[in-house]
Amino acid sequence: MIHKYKLNGYNICLDVHSGAVHVLDDAAYDILDYCDETMSEKPPEKMFEELKDKYDREELEETYAALFELYQEGQLFSPDDYEQFADMMTRAPIKSMCINISHDCNLRCEYCFAAKGDFGQGRCLMPLETAKKAIDFIIANSGTRHNLEVDFFGGEPLMNFEVVKKTVEYARSIEKKYNKNFRFTITTNGLLLDDDKIDYINKEMHNVVLSLDGRKEINDKLRVTPNGKGCYDIIVPKYQKLVAKRGDKDYYIRGTFTTFSKDFTADVMHMKELGFEQLSIEPVVSDPKLDYSIKYDDLPMVFKEYEKLANTLIEMRKKGEYFNFFHFMIDLNQGPCAIKRLRGCGCGNEYVAVTPQGDIYPCHQFVGEEDYKMGNLNDGTFDNEMKLRFARANVYSKENCKDCWAKFYCSGGCNANNYQYEGDILKSHKVGCELEKKRLECAIMIKAALADYGVDEGSDCDSGDCFAECC
Amino acid sequence: MKVTKHIKTLNNANLKESAVKGGCGECQASCQSACKTSCTVANQKCERE
Repeated sequence: MIHKYKLNGYNICLDVHSGAVHVLDDAAYDILDYCDETMSEKPPEKMFEELKDKYDREELEETYAALFELYQEGQLFSPDDYEQFADMMTRAPIKSMCINISHDCNLRCEYCFAAKGDFGQGRCLMPLETAKKAIDFIIANSGTRHNLEVDFFGGEPLMNFEVVKKTVEYARSIEKKYNKNFRFTITTNGLLLDDDKIDYINKEMHNVVLSLDGRKEINDKLRVTPNGKGCYDIIVPKYQKLVAKRGDKDYYIRGTFTTFSKDFTADVMHMKELGFEQLSIEPVVSDPKLDYSIKYDDLPMVFKEYEKLANTLIEMRKKGEYFNFFHFMIDLNQGPCAIKRLRGCGCGNEYVAVTPQGDIYPCHQFVGEEDYKMGNLNDGTFDNEMKLRFARANVYSKENCKDCWAKFYCSGGCNANNYQYEGDILKSHKVGCELEKKRLECAIMIKAALADYGVDEGSDCDSGDCFAECC
Repeated sequence: MKVTKHIKTLNNANLKESAVKGGCGECQASCQSACKTSCTVANQKCERE
C-alpha cells in the first residue's frame, strides 16, 4: 500500500509497510498510477499511451525503472507482514499511570472533558494513602518494565500539591528497591504556580504540560475562573518564569482549538512570541452538538490552517528560528518500533488512570464511564478481561484501520474518542482520523521541505523533532 | 537520504526490521505526557536508540 499526495509543491509517496518516504518528480508521481503490488520490470503499455503527451518514452522508461528498483528493494508496494505481530504484548505489564490527584479545579473551562474538573463525580482531592496505593499498584503490575510514567492530572493537580510532593517522595523512596525509574509529569492550568512550585516542578517533573490557548482573547473566551474572568494575565508570567528556569527539560505549552479559533496558527505564533518553543494545540474533544465543537464541516478550514502552520514553521526554520509543534513531530528513521505502532497508546493495557476514590479506568478520558471501571485500589479488584479487550485493540482489529495508510502513525487512534463519538473502542472516530491524516501529511511535507533547504537530513538525530539543530 | 534523478528517498525505511527487534515496551504511552487528547505514536522516541 502507498499513499501519494501533493502538498506545498512536493509530490510525496509514503510506502506504508516499509515506512519509506519518497519525494518524486512529476513523471514518477504520475507513473505511480500504473504501478501496484504486482508491478513487473516491463512497464504497462497503457502507461505509455496515456502519458505520451506529458512525457517522452525515454523519460517514462527511465522513471519507471527507478520506481521498479524501489519496488525490488522493498520500498514501494511492500507487503503487509505485520498481522502476525498483532497479538504480541497482549499480556503487557502496566507501566504508565494517570493519577487524578484532584477532582477539583479552580477554572471552569467551557470545553473541559473532565466536566469542569470533577469528571461528574463530585469535587474532591485524592488522599495521600490512595496515591501511595497507586504507586504500589503500578510497581506491582509493571513486571520487568524499568521506566514507569506517572502523570499528575485533574482537575487541577496544584490544588493538591502537598500530596503530589509526598507521592513523589514515596515513589522515589522505593524505586531503587524494585529496580524502577519513575518519570513524573504534571499537567496544570498554572493559576496556583509560585516560585516554590516552579522550582519543585523543574526539579522533579520529567515533563510539564502548561495549559494556554494562545492569544488573550481566545484563551479568555473559554478558559475562565468560576466568576467568569479569563486567566491569561495570571498564568502567562508564571509560565514564562517556569520555562526560563527549566533549562533543557521537557515542557509543553498546550492549548485547545475550537470552532471559534480555527485560525490557530495565530495562537501558535503568539505562544512563540511569548518566548515558548515547545507547543501543542489540539482539537477540542466535545459533543458535536455544542457550538464550539470541531465538526466534519469544519475540516476544510482546519486543513488549510494546518497547512498554513506547516508553512510558517518551514519559513521560520529557513530563517534559523525554532519552535516545535507536537503534532508535526515525526521521526522517519528512528521512531517507535512496528510493534508499538500496531497498538498505539496502550490505554487499558499498559496505561491506566486512577481517581481520588481509588477507581481504576483505562485512561483519563474514560474516567466517570461506569461501564469502563476496571477496578479499585482500595479493594484490590482489577478486571483483567477488560485489560485483554483493550490489549486486543490494534490496527488489525479496528475495521477502518487495517487498510488505512496512516495506521502506523496514529496506531488506531484514541480508543476513548472512538467510544465517545462512535460508541465502540474499535470504531475509528471519523473527524479525529481526518485531522490526524492531515497533520501527518503536513509533518512529512515539512521533512521534505527542510531536506530541500538543507535544514534537515531526515531525522537522524535522537529526538526526531529538532530538525537537525541538536546534531 | 538517497537521491536519484527522479526520486529522493528521505529515510531508511526500517519499519520491518523494527518489528523483528521491537516490542520491549519501555517507550512512552502515546498521549500520556503531552497532549492527553489525541493519539500520535510516530512522534515518539524509541527507548533503545
